[in-house]
Amino acid sequence: MEPFRSVRGGGARAWLAAAEASLLRSLVGQIMSLVEPEGPADDRADNRAGDLVSGQDADLAALEAMLHGPGADKIPEDPVLARLLPDGYRDDPESAGEFRRYTENSLRSAKHAAAQEMLDTLPEVGGRIRLTQDQALSWLKALNDVRLALGVRLGVTEDFEEQWARLKPDDPQWTAFEVYAWLGAVQESLVQALN
Amino acid sequence: MSTAPAEVDLPRSADKPSSDKPWVTIVWNDPVNLMSYVTYVFQHVFGYPKKKATKLMLDVHHKGKAVVAAGAREAMEHNVEVLHGYGLWATVNQDK
Repeated sequence: MEPFRSVRGGGARAWLAAAEASLLRSLVGQIMSLVEPEGPADDRADNRAGDLVSGQDADLAALEAMLHGPGADKIPEDPVLARLLPDGYRDDPESAGEFRRYTENSLRSAKHAAAQEMLDTLPEVGGRIRLTQDQALSWLKALNDVRLALGVRLGVTEDFEEQWARLKPDDPQWTAFEVYAWLGAVQESLVQALN
Repeated sequence: MSTAPAEVDLPRSADKPSSDKPWVTIVWNDPVNLMSYVTYVFQHVFGYPKKKATKLMLDVHHKGKAVVAAGAREAMEHNVEVLHGYGLWATVNQDK
């Protein structure tokens, strides 16, 4: 990979190897299926609405929220989802539940849309990537969601480097730590390119 | 800086007793989010200058949390929703 660099007039560019593009696509795709709005019997309706929303029409997003009705009011049990969709209030379950009912579905849609925009601007075979400022923001969000998910699964702390160094190279988690570190470097280069 | 992503704006908490105490948006420390990214988000979402955004990020990092905005409850809920979109760990609190 050639890290992100700024582009005159805003945005960023980079170069990715095919294997790197394929890894990113797979990880972002997993986040998309994780955050897809869920519902017992109306999964298909959710997905249709999700597709419309990715057209970035705020009116349609509002319509989707209406059709959906109130969302869940409990933090997801899966620790990864709980981190991606955290409570909006601490030590106030009632307010947290109310906040979640009104915001979780649109937050899921927003995360899904950012991930979709990243996939749309990430060639399957890798190569040159050129992002507008808005596309770069979607990349930052989607990359961050992947890092959050991986970070939770790996139990990453502020001493990430030491945690990684303690692993033997044949540890099953070693590669995941390497990917996590690489994702951090990609995201860091994109932040610097936008500054 | 461009504007924050479009959010669904629905009335919330209308039945809660109101109070004179101002509401705040708090961001909590997190081992995953990059320091540069958190600073960038503060600049982009709130329009803060880099110096202020950096100071808030360092407060989050060293003190475990920081108040990043204050005002009406609904505005703070909007902030939190936007910050969750960026993957930051944010909550609404009533300042005491």
